[in-house]
Amino acid sequence: MNWEFIIGRSLASAFGADAAVFALAAIGLNLHFGYTGLLNFGQVGFMALGAYGISVTVATLGFSLWWGLALGAALSVTLALLLGLPTLRLRADYLAIVTIAASEIVRFVARSVSMREITGGSFGLSDFADEFYAINPFPGGSYGLGLVQYSARGFWVITVGWTLVALLALMTYVLMHSPWGRVLRSIREDEDAARSLGKNVYSYKMQSLVVGGLIGTLAGVMYAISQQSVQPDTYSTPVTFYAYAIIILGGTARVFGPVLGSMIFWALLSFTDTALRQAVAAGYIPTAIMDGTQVGQMRFILLGLGLMLLMIFRPQGILGDRREIALDAH
Amino acid sequence: MPTDTWVDGVTPEPGVAKPDPILVVDGVTRRFGGLKAVDVEHVEFQRGAITALIGPNGAGKTTFFNLLTGFDKPDAGAWTFDGRTMSGMSAHKVARHGMVRTFQLTKALSRLTVMENMKLGATKQRGESFAKALLPPLWRQQERDIEKRANDLLGRFKLDNKRHDFAGTLSGGQRKLLEMARALMVQPDIVMLDEPMAGVNPALTQSLLGHVKDLRTQGMSVLFVEHDMDVVRDISDWVVVMAEGKIISEGTPDHIGQDRKVIDAYLGAHHDVPTSAEEEEEQLANAQAALDAESAEREQLQS
Repeated sequence: MNWEFIIGRSLASAFGADAAVFALAAIGLNLHFGYTGLLNFGQVGFMALGAYGISVTVATLGFSLWWGLALGAALSVTLALLLGLPTLRLRADYLAIVTIAASEIVRFVARSVSMREITGGSFGLSDFADEFYAINPFPGGSYGLGLVQYSARGFWVITVGWTLVALLALMTYVLMHSPWGRVLRSIREDEDAARSLGKNVYSYKMQSLVVGGLIGTLAGVMYAISQQSVQPDTYSTPVTFYAYAIIILGGTARVFGPVLGSMIFWALLSFTDTALRQAVAAGYIPTAIMDGTQVGQMRFILLGLGLMLLMIFRPQGILGDRREIALDAH
Repeated sequence: MPTDTWVDGVTPEPGVAKPDPILVVDGVTRRFGGLKAVDVEHVEFQRGAITALIGPNGAGKTTFFNLLTGFDKPDAGAWTFDGRTMSGMSAHKVARHGMVRTFQLTKALSRLTVMENMKLGATKQRGESFAKALLPPLWRQQERDIEKRANDLLGRFKLDNKRHDFAGTLSGGQRKLLEMARALMVQPDIVMLDEPMAGVNPALTQSLLGHVKDLRTQGMSVLFVEHDMDVVRDISDWVVVMAEGKIISEGTPDHIGQDRKVIDAYLGAHHDVPTSAEEEEEQLANAQAALDAESAEREQLQS
């Protein structure tokens, strides 16, 4: 077993593009779920709109990538309003049902045959992010520290991705220490109490849904850019639940919860993946138990086990406050 | 005992006009399926007074509260608050117009601190708009002013040492205090308390009663739902009685205590009437007379 390689890959994943993308998606979801108490089960739908916003604009329509960003944002706000208008006056579970359905609708529309001219159908679109890589300030070569090395392109994506994460985490911090954030948290605790104190609960929930959705859209944009391609089936429901796992891992309603959660999530996935592969290859794990093709599933089983242990021994997540969880029992 | 003199000029009958009403309700009905939960023809609430709303379980008191505060919509009817029509207004606007309520089941915001609970109550906060929230210098001064006001109130309600605790760690009685103090942060004209004393230990009841009386001293009007008649007699200037959705009686606490209709509503119309001392004596005398007559008859027969 090459431990240096395993550790190196795990660290590279912890700071990699996927970790940044999921940190962004989870920051948005944390605003919904952690701070406002909105059960959004369709965060991936917002991500898909960002990814398709830029790819359709560039690859299909031939406009600039930056217009694609605007299109993605406009679509995202529209989706948030469409989801919120009928459901935010109702109980929390209605939003959950509608959002999970909506995110699947987005995926099915994108992969439908009749949309092939626009979205590329089930094949998706590719090579639309050249404008992003054209402004890469890092000349060719390898960047990193010790075991962790990235290509110049990869390093550019990572730099932008983590800069966005830092900016949005800062924004969350400022918002949650403001009276606006106080209203959101009061809605999470008790909507009627917030109403009785003169707060327009419906409007605040809508603002939360729109802002969190936009952050999710930005995550989708970064994901599409880092891959230089979009495929509809990348944006299916498990992505939303990874984002939930990340929030719970890091600590719900904590500014850095999604960031730390995402880093650990991807590091663990990478660690179990490379470690299992090597163990199978070296014969430590006999093929009668599992072979190399089963590693992909196995790592999620192990991750699930890890999350279960976390829920038992540290239900508040890594950065969470135990006292808050205790209060939930009331 | 009520000290106000306005009650002297008011006839104690349902729907009677008050000299200076702050809240006037007309023809409000609310049905739940076949049940008419609220059916109020006309009622007025005096400004600056403590009015108790009493009635047996299921009388429609809380539903009536919910309608007035915008938490439920009536099937018909209208009401004005301070001359302004409030019917059909959503709950948060009702609160902003100075009509603030508390809840029967206390709604402390558990995972917010006591101080955050208080600050939430302040209205017209600049930092509650998304764009301004991002620029703290725009709202920091206002936040400090609000915090000062909150501190004063917390001191009055003896919650100042709990300031930084999560509201969820407070006892039931402290939560009632917090909810009342938080309602005052809205700077209301009328405070509507839904069973403020429910689940509060007797020691704290006196302090809560004191706070309710203070509201009147400070010029606020109070409307409260309560079951404990001792509490009602102690603090209210006027009592409105509901039964089966209707206002069946109104008057001073003393008048209400003797009202046949109120006793009927609470105990049912066919209950056994307790006998007075005179009646009892009369019955005894009658029985004695009958016995005397009987024994006299027997003596006659024997002789």
